[in-house]
Amino acid sequence: MPLLENGQIIQDTWQIAVEGVSLPAGDVLVPLARLSEGLGRNSDGRLGVVLSSADEVETLRDALPRLDVVALTFPVFRDGRPFTQARALREHLHFKGEIRAGGHVLPDQYEFLLRCGVTAIDLPGSSDPAVWQRAHEAFTVAYQPSILKEQAEGFAFRRRLA
Amino acid sequence: MSHSPSAALPVGHYAYDDVDRTFLKQRVAQFKDQVERRLSGALTEEEFKPLRLMNGLYLQLHAYMLRVAIPYGVLDAKQMRTLAHIARTYDRDYGHFTTRQNIQFNWIRLEDTPEILNVLADTDMHAIQTSGNCIRNVTADQFAGAAADEVLDPRVYAEILRQWSTLHPEFTFLPRKFKIAISGSQQDRVAARFHDIGLISREGENGRPVFEVFVGGGLGRTPIIGVRLRDDLPEEDLIAYLEAVLRVYNAHGRRDNIYKARIKILVQALGTEEFLNQVNAEFAAMDRARYRLPESTVEAIRARFGAPDFAPAGNAAEKLAAQRKADRAFDAWVHTNTHPHKQSGYCSITISCKPAGGIPGDVTSAQMDLLADLAERYSFGELRITHLQNVVLGHVRQDALYDVWQALEKNGLGEANIGFITDIVACPGLDYCALANARSIPIAQKLSSRFANADLQREIGPLRLNISGCINACGHHHAGHIGILGVDKRGEEAFQITLGGSAGDGDASIGQILGSAMSEDETVDAIARIIDTYLSRRTAGERFIETCRRLGTAPFKDAAYATA
Repeated sequence: MPLLENGQIIQDTWQIAVEGVSLPAGDVLVPLARLSEGLGRNSDGRLGVVLSSADEVETLRDALPRLDVVALTFPVFRDGRPFTQARALREHLHFKGEIRAGGHVLPDQYEFLLRCGVTAIDLPGSSDPAVWQRAHEAFTVAYQPSILKEQAEGFAFRRRLA
Repeated sequence: MSHSPSAALPVGHYAYDDVDRTFLKQRVAQFKDQVERRLSGALTEEEFKPLRLMNGLYLQLHAYMLRVAIPYGVLDAKQMRTLAHIARTYDRDYGHFTTRQNIQFNWIRLEDTPEILNVLADTDMHAIQTSGNCIRNVTADQFAGAAADEVLDPRVYAEILRQWSTLHPEFTFLPRKFKIAISGSQQDRVAARFHDIGLISREGENGRPVFEVFVGGGLGRTPIIGVRLRDDLPEEDLIAYLEAVLRVYNAHGRRDNIYKARIKILVQALGTEEFLNQVNAEFAAMDRARYRLPESTVEAIRARFGAPDFAPAGNAAEKLAAQRKADRAFDAWVHTNTHPHKQSGYCSITISCKPAGGIPGDVTSAQMDLLADLAERYSFGELRITHLQNVVLGHVRQDALYDVWQALEKNGLGEANIGFITDIVACPGLDYCALANARSIPIAQKLSSRFANADLQREIGPLRLNISGCINACGHHHAGHIGILGVDKRGEEAFQITLGGSAGDGDASIGQILGSAMSEDETVDAIARIIDTYLSRRTAGERFIETCRRLGTAPFKDAAYATA
């Protein structure tokens, strides 16, 4: 599936681990249950982990320096736990790699995701990237600080959105 | 007599600037786009629903309902006229004030809503987060900035919380709705212990406020009184601490069952101590500098509030005393519908939206215009909606009360019943709501008519009567001294009575169910017998709730189910 990153559609070169099959060479995303298998893999490829919305990000603390991607999953767009997972990855665990959001996610949530630290969207197949871009440009101000450390807009907690 | 505020800033609420106005227009454009995507099929109804809810748009039994935000219940005369205009132009000429100090319009067309939101934005109003699983309108004491017993003005903090929670990136898809209330007085007039978070402020040692923090209270299907998490939260940590509470809730609140999804269920499941541990762990780990609320920010927000410029009241108090002596009906109204003001010669008045036999909280567009006129002439242009569905003029000179009262009397707003049995709180019920089991409005009207006699009401004294049309408890029946709950009894509307609930002032309690449900007329008769029992059994000066607590429910139950 295509990835939306910095307003650009890019081809996703990462492979997803297939259940019951040993991990392939190259860049691979593994579920949390196969993290140690991924870490022990004998390959030059990069490693990422896919979290369900119920997983605790704290369990990644030790492995995080060796991960390039954390992929968060919305089972349904109403399940807002990935917002907290993303923000905790950035704010508590100081993760600098890519955070993806996938699953059932709406363009109307795009700006929130970015402000919580998500950097790439695993676009659902039929998505129109223009709608996502429009969502990103919908607001020029926000009313609270975020992990993006935006510039103050006037007084109080207001922040200028790029 | 008229006042003109010294500054151009509106009295009593935050003044928008161009940045805030741009934001509102962008929000309207976003919603217009969402409506178009829904109509084109790009958004499914399932996907559109939470988006429209976060703009206050519900689908009820017969039409869409639009709930407009009135932050901390305060609005100005111009904004009230906008509401009147909406009622006239897009609805059936009336609106309904809610228990969250908002207003809702019951007969709205989906295709009109972007335009309505635009009209609202023209006077700095919106419907943002008046519904949905997000942080809702922050409520505050209706006598804020006026009450003689006030320690600090809670509206400044309510505004800070309003801004912080507006389109919050992390907390807009919570397990369930989230309600915050804040009181600026040790007298809890906001039912702090019945909120997801309740804050009661007092002055700290350095002259800056500290907050008592209650978490996990609420009514609904599972009524629970909130637990105290902090006794003395410093002002500068207010936002950080609320972030910590919300993070724990967003991560761990239940999402498998909407009836178990409020924070109160999480607090109960973990236990207060474990919940507190988790909040404290989050609070300790977070980047506190980022979320710090400096004094300068508080003062920058405070500077956007206009304050009333009180003229010396002269002999206003003597004039009022003479008018009260001369007119018994006026005297009764002053007795029930006014509240002491910190400024000598002034008072706050509560305008009853509960006329005899009327629908609690409903106000016509003509009445809204009158309220706006009165606010402009007599109360610095400021109005407040109370969580008991009435309207307050905060700062009225005592020698103007007679004029105000006469104008109200002429327009069906002069009822002298604040705090009495006919000051009923009721949800919209099955007349409008898709969730309801029974109609709340007709039984409210019957009770209001039954006890309409002014002398009888005064004789009965302070009594809270709350009616909910279903177990979701939007009419807060658990917190009523007398509560009425609509149920479905084999396909018929029926009503259960609860007794002994209370919402505030340090004695919060949950009403106990008396017995099996009765028909509407039987319920009205049963309540009349409960009142008779109280009148015959009370000791001198004993209020209804006190008699309930002293005697327990047994004698009232006997009376309720006594057959004639």
